[in-house]
Amino acid sequence: MRSGPWRAGSRDGGPPVGRDAPDRLVEDLVAALGPDGVRADAVERGLLARDASVFDRGRSGPVCFPRSTAEVQAVVRAAVRHGRAVVPRGAGTGLAGGAVPLGEPVVVALTRMDRLLEVDLPNRVAWVEPGVVNLDLSNQLRPRGFHFAPDPSSQQACTVGGNVANNSGGPHCLAYGVTSAHVLALDVVLPDGDVVRLGGLDPEPAGYDLRGAFVGGEGTLGIATRIAVRLTPNPPAVRTLLLGFSTPRAAADTVGAVIAAGIVPAALEVMDRRITEAVERYVHAGYPTDAGAVLLAEVDGMPGSVAAAAEAISAIGAERGATSVRVAASDAERAALWKGRKTAFGAVAQIAPNYYLHDTVVPRGVLADVLEEVYAIAERHQLLVVNVFHAGDGNLHPLLVFDRREPGVMDRVLAAGAEIVAASLAAGGVLSGEHGIGVEKRDYMPLMFGPDDLDHQARLRRAFDPACRANPGKVLPAGHSCADIQALESVPAGVWG
Amino acid sequence: MSGTGTARVPATGAAPRRPLDPELLAFADEVGSEGPVAVAGAGTRAELGGPLARGTRMLRAPEGIVEHHPEEMTVRVRAGTTVADLHAALAGAGQRSALPERGGTVGGALAVGEGHLASLGRGPVRDALLQVRYVSADGRVVTGGGPTVKNVSGYDLPRLVVGSLGTLGLLGEVVLRTQPVPAGSCWLRAEGADPFGARDVLYRPGAILWDGEATWVLLEGHPEDLAAEAAVLARSGAWREVAGPPELPPQRWSLPPAGLRRLPEGMAGPSGSWVASVGIGVVHAGRPQQPRRVAAASEELTRRTKAAFDPAGRLSPGRSLLPALPSPALGGGGGRS
Ligand SMILES: Cc1cc2nc3c(=O)[nH]c(=O)nc-3n(C[C@H](O)[C@H](O)[C@H](O)COP(=O)(O)OP(=O)(O)OC[C@H]3O[C@@H](n4cnc5c(N)ncnc54)[C@H](O)[C@@H]3O)c2cc1C
Repeated sequence: MRSGPWRAGSRDGGPPVGRDAPDRLVEDLVAALGPDGVRADAVERGLLARDASVFDRGRSGPVCFPRSTAEVQAVVRAAVRHGRAVVPRGAGTGLAGGAVPLGEPVVVALTRMDRLLEVDLPNRVAWVEPGVVNLDLSNQLRPRGFHFAPDPSSQQACTVGGNVANNSGGPHCLAYGVTSAHVLALDVVLPDGDVVRLGGLDPEPAGYDLRGAFVGGEGTLGIATRIAVRLTPNPPAVRTLLLGFSTPRAAADTVGAVIAAGIVPAALEVMDRRITEAVERYVHAGYPTDAGAVLLAEVDGMPGSVAAAAEAISAIGAERGATSVRVAASDAERAALWKGRKTAFGAVAQIAPNYYLHDTVVPRGVLADVLEEVYAIAERHQLLVVNVFHAGDGNLHPLLVFDRREPGVMDRVLAAGAEIVAASLAAGGVLSGEHGIGVEKRDYMPLMFGPDDLDHQARLRRAFDPACRANPGKVLPAGHSCADIQALESVPAGVWG
Repeated sequence: MSGTGTARVPATGAAPRRPLDPELLAFADEVGSEGPVAVAGAGTRAELGGPLARGTRMLRAPEGIVEHHPEEMTVRVRAGTTVADLHAALAGAGQRSALPERGGTVGGALAVGEGHLASLGRGPVRDALLQVRYVSADGRVVTGGGPTVKNVSGYDLPRLVVGSLGTLGLLGEVVLRTQPVPAGSCWLRAEGADPFGARDVLYRPGAILWDGEATWVLLEGHPEDLAAEAAVLARSGAWREVAGPPELPPQRWSLPPAGLRRLPEGMAGPSGSWVASVGIGVVHAGRPQQPRRVAAASEELTRRTKAAFDPAGRLSPGRSLLPALPSPALGGGGGRS
């Protein structure tokens, strides 16, 4: 899925930014973590210089694998002493380049902090370390009657820490809300090495909602080392429907009509014909391959409301020309339908070797219009686009699929991407629904926000990280705090407490 | 543009940002950039955070609903609108919001951040705010968040302002998430029933209130489900349908939900009464909760946040988010370090 070439310029991994020679830094890190907690070899640094985005020119400094909050703190303090930035990293499944290190910072890989620390049923909360894999958490909670609601399609790999940093979503966030609604409290190692607890288990913690500000901070506000997540009760009843339509427009219109009818399904996912065919070839989920688009709808809750909502969705679909309606008759059938949706990105390889996945949100009433525009944009640039997305909240995920060996294709992919973003904003939408800004959309931020808006976002960032030590070069565009990875270097020496 | 990888911002076709509401701009002019200033809401919670400094200029935020999109489940509303007016308008389209109905304004409810009595069903206020437009300490209109129901574009300024008591910016206009009014609802009451047991057996109740003797439950949803849940409750008590919740004592405590099993002593006050929101952790009581202590590093971060947004301290001066003098938290109050 990676593709080059990466243009030279501000997102180039660049030369190391920092005062001291790397070997002294590594010595300090080894003293803090022991030799098996630090890797400074080219192989490891190369591996952790990338994430799942197209950005492949990151440059990592030493990579650390701390096992506790105290060790994270020691790593951050060592980086501070040597004038290096730090970049937290989970599983590296991010799609906006958030974990791509710029300026050879210290990479703090949290994958060894993967313990489920406590399940506190009376408070309906679980304390976890950031490296816990999303699906592992839900699998451990499910037998006790609960789960962690955010379910990104990458949930077999991505970490709760990454979910927090990107405020990630997933199909079931339509009814349950994205990660921020499921994080009650956090222990955070701030960029200067101090440890704070943000939020609390009580409903209205004292002070500013710094928990809310931290979630979605993309690793630029500090490193989460303990996370209190809300336990969501497993629904007593679930019904999963698969509706076939002759066109993506009909599927998208059905989504708008379902929401307008006051139904809040657990999930409403649309897949167009090309991706449906690829998924069928890949996992044989039982999707109709003759439909122009399919709508995967799930309703959950108490049995009465589930039955009523399922009927209403079938009826609304039929009014809008559904060519088939199937209700999963068993858990196995339901699991197969979801497997199809969740392996969709993997199935894209059936179409072409590379893809660039976009992530914008538009009002649901214009979903069908924007979707048609996306197809037109791709056609203008002679590209293939497939759409598989969280339609219920208007979250488009156009995948431009291509073969990067084709000369000049990357230019077309980038140009088409820029037009998709512009079309979404013009329709009253936003830059990103769940993948974040990272380096990918940093320079698009002025399309959505004015200078005063960006200035206030920069103020928030500065409150957490006055010296630009955490993940510099992300989120905010050039001209704002910490956008320039060289900013760290220019901080006077006396500031390094 | 050169050298910026994928983010080649198109020269044409970019969305022009929407022009700001003239009423909002007029409000920004009134706020200006000098002298202490605050917004007067309906005054229902004016005492929170401490008294405003003398000589603070009091303003009113603009009023009125700008646009309600029932089919998007969103509403754009000016901050001076009362929650009652907002909810009356939403009800016309079968919708509601998570904001509390205590007689205040939308801006006041967000600035205070306290949950609805039925926040078990409606969710916390902080999850209701999608986009915020506030006037900054230097009199500029700042927009944070976005108008769609899902958005992670940039830092989450909306969550930061919820509960900030007007100390970071003065709220002018917001986009809120709306929710459908459930098909059916009813309040049930029983003497001597176990409220925590009720919490365990009900899937998603709207509210569970408990005064130490009686328990009130708000059931919401499909009529069939209400009957089923009432039947489940009936196994553990004599539940009777009632018109609504009990009277609430004036003060409000925030405790971890499990903290309600061992309520702090002396909370009730002279009247002896209190009402707890089971599953949430709010207790309505006669005495105010002691200021809750936070660690030095949190205090420092709070101070830096205030300084970043309002360096001269002109917004709602006198109001503080943290106690001036830390004192020990009561009764396991709050999972804070
Ligand atoms: C096939 C595929 C499907 C996907 N589907 C979805 C989807 O449905 N919904 C969705 O929202 N996303 C999706 N994603 C994107 C991605 O999986 C999510 O953003 C995920 O939450 C990232 O987690 P991670 O552990 O891989 O984080 P990483 O990629 O390692 O890091 C992401 C960001 O988090 C920061 N970070 C990591 N850990 C911490 C920490 N402990 N403290 C502070 N900052 C930290 C990093 O610095 C970086 O900025 C998908 C990705 C792929 C490849």
